[in-house]
Amino acid sequence: MKSLAELQAIRDRAKAELNIRKENPNAARVLVGMATCGIAAGARPVLNAFTEEIAKRGLQDVTVTQTGCIGICQYEPVVEIEIPGEEKVTYVKMTPEKAVRVVNDHLVNKNVVAEYTIGANTK
Amino acid sequence: MYRSNVLVCGGTGCTSSNSLQIAQTLKDELKKQGLDKEVNVITTGCFGLCALGPIMVVYPEGSFYSMVKVEDIPEIVEEHLLKGRIVTRLLYQETVEEDTVKSLNKTAFYAKQKRVALRNCGVIDPEKIDDYIAQDGYAALGKVLTEMTREEVIQTMLDSGLRGRGGAGFPTGLKWKFAAANDADQKYVCCNADEGDPGAFMDRSVLEGDPHVVLEAMAIAGYAIGASKGYIYVRAEYPIAVKRLQIAIDQAHEYGLLGDDIFGTGFNFDIQLRLGAGAFVCGEETALMTSIEGKRGEPRPRPPFPAVKGLYQKPTTLNNVETYANIPQIILKGAEWFASMGTEKSKGTKVFALGGKIEHTGLVEVPMGTTLREIVEEIGGGIPNGKKFKAAQTGGPSGGCIPAEHLDVPIDYDNLIAIGSMMGSGGLIVMDETTCMVDIAKFFLEFTVDESCGKCTPCRIGTKRLLEMLEKITKGQGTLEMIDEMEQLCYYIKANSLCGLGQTAPNPVLSTLRYFRDEYVAHVVDKKCPAGVCKDLLEYTIVKDNCMGCSLCSRKCPVGAITVTDYIPAGKKRPAFEIDHSKCIKCGACMDSCKFNAIIKG
Repeated sequence: MKSLAELQAIRDRAKAELNIRKENPNAARVLVGMATCGIAAGARPVLNAFTEEIAKRGLQDVTVTQTGCIGICQYEPVVEIEIPGEEKVTYVKMTPEKAVRVVNDHLVNKNVVAEYTIGANTK
Repeated sequence: MYRSNVLVCGGTGCTSSNSLQIAQTLKDELKKQGLDKEVNVITTGCFGLCALGPIMVVYPEGSFYSMVKVEDIPEIVEEHLLKGRIVTRLLYQETVEEDTVKSLNKTAFYAKQKRVALRNCGVIDPEKIDDYIAQDGYAALGKVLTEMTREEVIQTMLDSGLRGRGGAGFPTGLKWKFAAANDADQKYVCCNADEGDPGAFMDRSVLEGDPHVVLEAMAIAGYAIGASKGYIYVRAEYPIAVKRLQIAIDQAHEYGLLGDDIFGTGFNFDIQLRLGAGAFVCGEETALMTSIEGKRGEPRPRPPFPAVKGLYQKPTTLNNVETYANIPQIILKGAEWFASMGTEKSKGTKVFALGGKIEHTGLVEVPMGTTLREIVEEIGGGIPNGKKFKAAQTGGPSGGCIPAEHLDVPIDYDNLIAIGSMMGSGGLIVMDETTCMVDIAKFFLEFTVDESCGKCTPCRIGTKRLLEMLEKITKGQGTLEMIDEMEQLCYYIKANSLCGLGQTAPNPVLSTLRYFRDEYVAHVVDKKCPAGVCKDLLEYTIVKDNCMGCSLCSRKCPVGAITVTDYIPAGKKRPAFEIDHSKCIKCGACMDSCKFNAIIKG
């Protein structure tokens, strides 16, 4: 170790891994429905796409968690996004490609992707 | 990138209840479910709630699984980690509230704690230096080497008010200042990890859960006093701590955080381990250094103090593990931050190892000035089986007992001395009404008699004579004069012993005499042990009218002391039994086996 900058580089790299172990009440939560219906409809690749995209963009205040069946099995894979202080948004019939866009538009730029939401898909 | 982290406690407590097997099964099951790229399993240091081990925490949810069994793992993996359904049945029940799960930090055990020295224990993987660096590890070392002068570092330590956590409470900054003031071609920094008090495991937990913090702090001390070499004197009985320390030293070398020219500043520092062979006296500073030199671990008179002539006759500073664990954060957050916690003369926090008759056996860290009542009743969860609190023993064989009347005294160095005990390293053994205080004093005296190195007479012979008198008292052969004699001898040993071991050895006797003299008198005058512990003063008797004649006790008796009589109690079908007191060894097996409460002791 020859400089503080080197230490800083290691810290930045290692921090992301540890962030997950801290309780953060302000964190946005991505909840992927992973009951039997969700898994059968392809929730696993969606979950992984969220994790990877969030890591790629280095988002600190987001956690990805699975959740059970919320009762709209025909719309699986279902993903809910909870941002503290905002209304919960439910995305339906998700795919890994859609997940990437949701991360970019919703989590980064704070624009809900209306066309993927349950509202747009049940009309 | 993992979406979930599962932390499995790898401290000594949980390891002994199979947590390493749990971690392995977890990895196998995750692989089976194809989750091994998504869920990371990390073996950490101690979480503190040792009574509930093995402990496992799943993040980001923060679900706290307690008393986990290997058989539970497939269910947890399939339900929780695959399908996202927390297995609430297996959670620590205090975190479960109807249909929601409470954060661990809101439970009674954790809510009142303030974790400074233990901040990384149960959070990071102690065998991964990157985890420590992520928690701002080695940033304090970087700061002192690139931004601070030696004097500024020492001044920060002085301003913080940090006092030695090994027990005596000497100001750390002052210690460093003395060592820095002495010029020499070579100086040393030592770490006292020879934690020998019965019931104390704070230092072990820090070493197992966060070994790098000790290395970093020792390097900081090295810079401050002008030393380039350090030794950690650690008990060989702590194999996990030794292993993780060695891994940490190797990793720090690899990253150039130990060795030559650290951070390109020209500062060199290296650390070696020295294993203690299990002598309690080697926790005393001069004996410890003599032992590091490869000689028999015996203390020597002071002065000269280690700051003048220590290891290999060179200026040396020696600090305890927990003291070191505070230092990097004092450097990073400032002396004022540290001094804002605690009481006027005792700053910061203190780690206690809770043990004895207490619900939550484990490790707690609280701000100085927390009362014993808060520690025992709130954090510790109180005394099991509805028994009453009698006393708490602090400071191990050097300390004393705190009776119920002092439960509300804010705990700090000076208050504990004032009530006849001492902080010690932080062992806190809780005793209930079934504990005999004379027996406790005897227990600690037996320990010091065993551990006295024999170099000085007051300690070698004085403690032996003291123990003999205590033995006579517990056998009902004591006299009131003997109690006075004992007290006198205590003061003599304290005043004349060479080192801390002898100087504090009589404390358990003195403090029990101070608060529980009536128990001594009961042993001497009435020949009774009020708590029913001292075997020679006990007699087990069968109350014949309650005896059903089932013969269970006579079959349990290991010496055949229980035989049937020809007395048939009124309303009973079979004759009662009786105990032959000449044969009875007072093991209590009969009383434990009797289903009808027909056997009494007293």
